[in-house]
Amino acid sequence: MLAWTIYLSFAGALIEALLPKGRHALARWFALTVAVAGLAMAVQGFVVGMGTNQAVPTVIANSAWVPSMGIRCLLAADGISRVLVLLTGLAAVAGVLFSWNIELRTNEFFAFFLALIGGVYGVFLSFDLFLLFVFYEIAIVPKYFLIAIWGSTRREYAAMKLALYSFVGSAMVLIGLLVAYAASGSHSTGLIALGHANLPVSSQMGLFPLVFVGFGILAGMWPFHTWAPTGHVAAPTAASMLLAGVVMKLGAYGCLRVAIGLFPHGLDPWGFSIAGVGSWRDVFAILAVIGIVYGALVALAQTDFKFVIGYSSVSHMGFVLLGLVTLNQIGVTGAVLQMFSHGIIAGLLFAIVGRIVYDRTHTRQLAELETMHLSRRMPFAAWAFVIAGVASMGLPGFSGFVAEFQVLVGAWSAKPWWTLAAGVGIVVGVAYTWRALQKAFFADGLPSAHALEQEHAHPFAAITWPEVTGTAMLVGVSLVVGLYPKILLDAIEPAVKALLAGGGR
Amino acid sequence: MSGIPVLTLLTVLPLVGAAVALVSGKHARAVAILTTLACLALALYVWMQVPALNGAMGLVETHAWAPSLGVEYHLGVDGLGALMLVLSAIVTLMSVDAAHRVHHQPGLYFGLVLMLESGLFGSFTALNFFHWFLFWELSLIPAFFLIKLWGGTRRGPAATQFFVYTMAGSVALLVAFLAVFVATRSMDFQYLTFQASTGALERAVTQHLGSGMLGWPVMMWLAVGVLAGFAVKVPMFPFHTWLPAAYAEAPSPVTMLLTGAMSKMGVYGLLRIALPLFGHQIAQMRTPLLVLAVATVVMGAWAAAAQTDLKRVFAYSSVNHLGYCLLGIFALAVPFAAGDPGQLASQAAALNGVILQMFNHGITAAALFWFVAMMQQRTGGHRGIDQFGGLRKPAPVLAGLMGITLFSSLGLPGLNGFVGEFLIFRGVFSLAWFASAVSVLGLLVTAAVILTVIQKVFTGPVPEHCVGFPDLHTGERVALAPVIGLMLLIGVLPGLIVNSVNPTVLHLLSQWRF
Repeated sequence: MLAWTIYLSFAGALIEALLPKGRHALARWFALTVAVAGLAMAVQGFVVGMGTNQAVPTVIANSAWVPSMGIRCLLAADGISRVLVLLTGLAAVAGVLFSWNIELRTNEFFAFFLALIGGVYGVFLSFDLFLLFVFYEIAIVPKYFLIAIWGSTRREYAAMKLALYSFVGSAMVLIGLLVAYAASGSHSTGLIALGHANLPVSSQMGLFPLVFVGFGILAGMWPFHTWAPTGHVAAPTAASMLLAGVVMKLGAYGCLRVAIGLFPHGLDPWGFSIAGVGSWRDVFAILAVIGIVYGALVALAQTDFKFVIGYSSVSHMGFVLLGLVTLNQIGVTGAVLQMFSHGIIAGLLFAIVGRIVYDRTHTRQLAELETMHLSRRMPFAAWAFVIAGVASMGLPGFSGFVAEFQVLVGAWSAKPWWTLAAGVGIVVGVAYTWRALQKAFFADGLPSAHALEQEHAHPFAAITWPEVTGTAMLVGVSLVVGLYPKILLDAIEPAVKALLAGGGR
Repeated sequence: MSGIPVLTLLTVLPLVGAAVALVSGKHARAVAILTTLACLALALYVWMQVPALNGAMGLVETHAWAPSLGVEYHLGVDGLGALMLVLSAIVTLMSVDAAHRVHHQPGLYFGLVLMLESGLFGSFTALNFFHWFLFWELSLIPAFFLIKLWGGTRRGPAATQFFVYTMAGSVALLVAFLAVFVATRSMDFQYLTFQASTGALERAVTQHLGSGMLGWPVMMWLAVGVLAGFAVKVPMFPFHTWLPAAYAEAPSPVTMLLTGAMSKMGVYGLLRIALPLFGHQIAQMRTPLLVLAVATVVMGAWAAAAQTDLKRVFAYSSVNHLGYCLLGIFALAVPFAAGDPGQLASQAAALNGVILQMFNHGITAAALFWFVAMMQQRTGGHRGIDQFGGLRKPAPVLAGLMGITLFSSLGLPGLNGFVGEFLIFRGVFSLAWFASAVSVLGLLVTAAVILTVIQKVFTGPVPEHCVGFPDLHTGERVALAPVIGLMLLIGVLPGLIVNSVNPTVLHLLSQWRF
């Protein structure tokens, strides 16, 4: 059934594109139906997966595609895939709910939206490198249009920057994969077959950084992260939710599944060390830690509310990358859980900032929001942001805590210094979240009589049901995972174990 | 009631009350009073079970939670935990009682107060780090918003400073504890206490994390991280700077919660986590830690002497009083001496004193801030020492009861404050005589401060705005009577608490390795 998530999304995108123009309600409801159906499949796939061995990928579709090159249409799912597919389903439903007020070319918007979702589902389920790469590219195109047409601040610039970064990243990945394919002498592009090809250690070490950085660009790896904040800010709400929620996860997933999965020796020590840095693992861990701290510090200095969230994504994705390079069971498990958790929480934050607040206040400048007394005029948004902010800063009880907790434990086992630096990042994270919260919603000072009159004359539009539903869904998921992480860990842990054990490590 | 998970019930009850209070608008206070009364009854029930436990953990509940992360649902109380439950329940009830003038969003206010109470109960019953940390952090959110939304004119910076300081401490604590988890794969306090007492914890940490960083053993760094978290919360000099602003800007009923119950979370953490796991490291750092504890005592007292705002006077005096707890805790961290039976007696006296002091200070400080709230109400917000005078004429009952509370804070024999401080000094004197000698300075200055307050507020000419100062009305007298009664009762019969706590003290001391 999981394969249907892909087919359904693409079919939905096609039908959306053909719907008559101007029928906003029809386009919305149709998109919601497709997204909910996709989520239902994802949930069904996840529940079925709970009864199986999560470590072994279950093949769900397998047919020849380009037989001469060994390319197959091979879809499969292990525990990691199932968790990320579930995330995609949730993000898709939430994205549609928070785009309920789109009035410009509604059907096209949802067509691009569903096409993007279809591509993401495809990446998470592909076990053939070529197929994975195709889906990866498919996901880039709708992103460009979503930002360029429906975006806001400097949208052309942001869309172009994002597309260029993505293409450079995928070019690096492609080169790496072609060389690996040629070197392996294998007649299959299947991930598992290539993983068993046992490339020479030296070529693994050469190819690993190419592929890891290629995917890492999309995961917001410092210093290649600059597309992320501008892209997030320019994108319409649903697109920022998807960008931060799932598209950045594509990069991290590629780093794990392809870079670490295919080149397990790529992270081995070089045999010499420069200033204590003796392997690609050290290099990428340092980049990840810089990303965590730098992203948080930059977020602390922003004046635009959405940029705060944009940079916070860079910081939180740093935890994913740090978890990946710990290369131990708990750290990598934490990285995957952080992908899920950040997808949910960042989605919620962007929804609140971009949809609930911005669409009513028409400003994102913290200095202007400070004068608006939003906690009184928009209590729902204020308390939703409190919960989302608390979840984002990693308070126990929410999914982010369990994920960052595992990453830090993994980092302790690998290199204590990384943990300490990341700990600094968490403290700064508390500071920027709280600063934004206070400025945007809980600013001090009483409004003038004139301002009160104005407020009274122009009240904000009431909170709509899609906003409440979407918020409740995302908060609920984060809480359930935070309080009962076992539900996802049972899926992730065996798969991570198998992935780390593969390739003779 | 066997078979009923009392401790879970106790933690969940205020959360349910909070949910109800949120939607009950102007009836929220009634909901909060009912909930806190029920919680107090449950806490007292738990306290009644303590003598039968003989110092060990009782009312234990365990359920699997997330085994691969070492997370288990593990609750239990001993004498220390049960006493803290009773204290939290009393202080929350007092705070709700004192907050009868919340006009702005009462539903939210009392919802947050009850959420804070749940955080207190949760952290005083948890025996697994994850669970404990959950409630430790949970209590922070309502405290922040109670200051931020109902506080005084400079509440914004005060609330933020309070929040960010405590969070920074918590992160240090978390990172350090994660290292313990890495080494032992366990987050269970009892298991880790046992591991530490045999030295296995230190070996495991060294094995997993190497022998040292920057010339110090890793265990030392971890101890420092854990201590940092608690030092901010208690607070210990020089991490106390968030406290005066937060206590002064918070509405007085919230200050009662902050000083009465929340500051005890820090001391409790030292006793439940820092000493059991890092006793040996704390013993090695004992001298600098004692210096800081003495500094907390003396600085708190002198700073209180320099204040003119009553809330700030009592805020710094709280720092001073909690300093005695720190003094006792660090002083008793001395390696076991086989040939010296007196040492164990001193350690036991100090620890009994610390636990008693936690309870006494909670009751007394909360009552003091309650009186400040009443004085503010009656004079339209005045709280400067020099703004009052001669109150014993218009308000003899208030002056009398507040006088008793002030003398309890001063440590007058016959009142509760004396017993705890006496036991601490009795223990510390033979363990670290120099520290106790310097700390006596703190006692003297505190006495001077409190006597000054009594003089300026209760005697002398009555200023204009205090002329029609109404005395306590019946409702207030009824609410205060049990609290004052408790101060007298404990002062006269400290055995009520010590007899139940002493087995726990001996049990704890037998588990700790310094």
